[in-house]
Amino acid sequence: MLQRHRREVSLIVAILVIGAVLAVVAPGFFTFANQRDLMLANMPVLIVALGMVLVILTGQIDISVGSQFAICSVATGVFARMGLPTPLAGAAACLVGALMGGVNGALVAWVRIPSIVVTLATMVALRDGLRWVTQGAWVQGLPPGFQWFGQSQAASELITAGCAAVLAVGMNWGLRNLAAGRVVYATGSSPNAARLVGINPRLVVFAVFVLTGALTGFAAAFNAVRFLQIPSNAGMGLELKVIAAAVVGGVAIAGGRGTIAGTLLGVLLLSMIGPGLTFLGLSAYWERAVEGAIILAAVAMDAVRVRSGIHADIVSAQAA
Amino acid sequence: MALLEATAITKSFAGVQALRGVSFALRSGEVHALLGENGAGKSTLIKVITGAEKPDSGTLTVDGQLVPHHSPAAARALGIAAVYQQPTLFPDLTVEENIALALERGGMWRRVDWRARRRQARELLDRSGAEVAPERTVGTLSMPEQQLVEIAKAIGAQARILVLDEPTASLTDREVARLFRVIGSLRSEGAGIIYISHRLDEVTVIANRVTVLRDGQTIATRDLRDVDRAELVRLMVGRDIDAIFPKRHVPIGKIALQVNGLGCRAAGIRNITFEVRRGEILGIAGLVGSGRTQLAETLFGLTPADDGAIVLHDDAMRTESPAEAIRMKLGYLPEDRRQHGVVMEMPVAANISLANLEAVSRNGLIDHARERGLAWSYVERLRIKTPSIYTEVGSLSGGNQQKVAVARWLAINPEVLILDEPTQGVDIGSKSEIHQIMVELAEQGMAIVMISSELPEILGMSDRVAVMHGGTIAGILSRTEATQEKILALALGQA
Repeated sequence: MLQRHRREVSLIVAILVIGAVLAVVAPGFFTFANQRDLMLANMPVLIVALGMVLVILTGQIDISVGSQFAICSVATGVFARMGLPTPLAGAAACLVGALMGGVNGALVAWVRIPSIVVTLATMVALRDGLRWVTQGAWVQGLPPGFQWFGQSQAASELITAGCAAVLAVGMNWGLRNLAAGRVVYATGSSPNAARLVGINPRLVVFAVFVLTGALTGFAAAFNAVRFLQIPSNAGMGLELKVIAAAVVGGVAIAGGRGTIAGTLLGVLLLSMIGPGLTFLGLSAYWERAVEGAIILAAVAMDAVRVRSGIHADIVSAQAA
Repeated sequence: MALLEATAITKSFAGVQALRGVSFALRSGEVHALLGENGAGKSTLIKVITGAEKPDSGTLTVDGQLVPHHSPAAARALGIAAVYQQPTLFPDLTVEENIALALERGGMWRRVDWRARRRQARELLDRSGAEVAPERTVGTLSMPEQQLVEIAKAIGAQARILVLDEPTASLTDREVARLFRVIGSLRSEGAGIIYISHRLDEVTVIANRVTVLRDGQTIATRDLRDVDRAELVRLMVGRDIDAIFPKRHVPIGKIALQVNGLGCRAAGIRNITFEVRRGEILGIAGLVGSGRTQLAETLFGLTPADDGAIVLHDDAMRTESPAEAIRMKLGYLPEDRRQHGVVMEMPVAANISLANLEAVSRNGLIDHARERGLAWSYVERLRIKTPSIYTEVGSLSGGNQQKVAVARWLAINPEVLILDEPTQGVDIGSKSEIHQIMVELAEQGMAIVMISSELPEILGMSDRVAVMHGGTIAGILSRTEATQEKILALALGQA
């Protein structure tokens, strides 16, 4: 058990250690208000990461999620101004995200362009396309019922937290227990073997891109309702945060290995760094450096594990 | 005096003793076969000889001179060259560039004499018997052609000690004959050749002496005139394998699979007609490139047929996809285990259930208890040696990986099972167990189509043998008719 969930266990230990230090040195970190703000600020990373894990598991990558996030944010506002009730505007944003994911997925799966190239292109094209259309203007004049879904701020935040939690738990459960989850792992580990057992690897790749787009739309909609106006440059650097969380969470960048639980812990750990430094009275300029060090440590752990895995090969080959 | 002598070599990796005092002597002008099951220590010994690994203790001498600090560079200087099963060429460079990289000395900034390079490459390729143009890109060459380029490199390096690791694994018989001629001429020039192969027939043809390794120790060195195959096998496995092929007579039942005039232009096969009955093992022989694997892929729906029909359950059809083939209870164990057979990163249990997830799930929801049960039943039934059903398949030995791949197809309860090279790259112990499993399956009424490049396996296991040539079936022989000569004649298109 401990062996199989080594990464998750070491992440929990790291989170507990950092938490303990903060609890002693800076008890203010654990006030309700601070924790709530942290959660809301990192909610987009968490929800988009749920999709990104699947994309990485199939051996692909999507670096266009930040640009998709910006478009979906603006789309939510535009739909709301057109008179759609806020939940429907959010659903429409999910569709927009799914559509963009579908374009990425189709280009990767059927036109067979490497995903890093496809999503690099869509990242730039979508971001600059949006800038051109909006001329950099923010979406303003949102209907009165838009902010907080027309609820109280507390209720809206509770809804957001609840939806994110349900999504995370559901996806984690599904990836482990649904045949569809197994298919994602098989596609990433060995597309050839997957094809032979009757799986359509291209369809799987297409589907995870679509799902990631939809989740990005979902995250964008929930994020948009927190404000009175919607910036047209949202989601800058979101893709890096999401991929970093997955890597720290133990998802193999080459595909086939990783869990959602690990990724969620990765999001949690990385989200503690910046505010933690501030509470410790250190300059927030260190945030990126510390994050980088954590990513390197995680990757180094994987490398060591793979190398000891080779020795395990020899051992079991001898034993057999 | 021995050309090369290794004495009391030991080597351990992470606490595992791979070599425990191996001694080995190679004479000039001999082909010395190195035999042993997978894990016996052959590859480690070769790595020590080529300088890739440093031994923990023991000595290595060349021409009676002690080699104090061995390294790949020292090995090259001493005239030691190795040709591995998987060629180590640069796929995006041309043949002549590959040869030049291995042979040319000089500074980084020297001017390249392309004409001299091509002349040298052509000469070396001629001597190695490769009919390959020097300007071709290596990535476009077939596996055997790449091996011959490797041999050309070794000849160019004036190798006096040449290691050939499973050189014939992907060669056709004609290419094998050509390779043997090259080996013969190298030997007559005084080179010593270390020849590693799982194919005993070849070893008895080409080698002068043989050294058998087992569990990291030298078991025996013999003159090949003094040993027979049975004794070699006994030395390798350390026990008697009573019958090399455990084939038993099984009553042959109804037709399970009927193929009528099947063709597929994309796969390069045409007009294929045969049937397999329940309880029968149909061997498919033929040279590499004769369309054996392509036939299997067409039957399995990977390259759907465009002509003829496949009759399964009295239903004439053409399988359009693997999913459809699986629904029709057709299983296909592919040739390339690492790429196609198993999913290395997945645990044993998930690998076994992968082709039949419906059987272990309800409404798309995996029933983990049922999956464990399925996995355990096959681990026991096929005697898969694994620490647990959660162990990643990549960490098992080749033979056990292959058994996991077989288990996956048995888990779909197939009526017809196509096995493509089921024992390739598998050690002798596991090989015999896989043959045993095939016989048991036939007894339970399964129809088996076995593709194999190994004639003894074809002759030993098949009830009938279909021989392929040029993308179609050249002839079908019964077990009593089939002989090595008849099969070869059909495979070469001479019958």
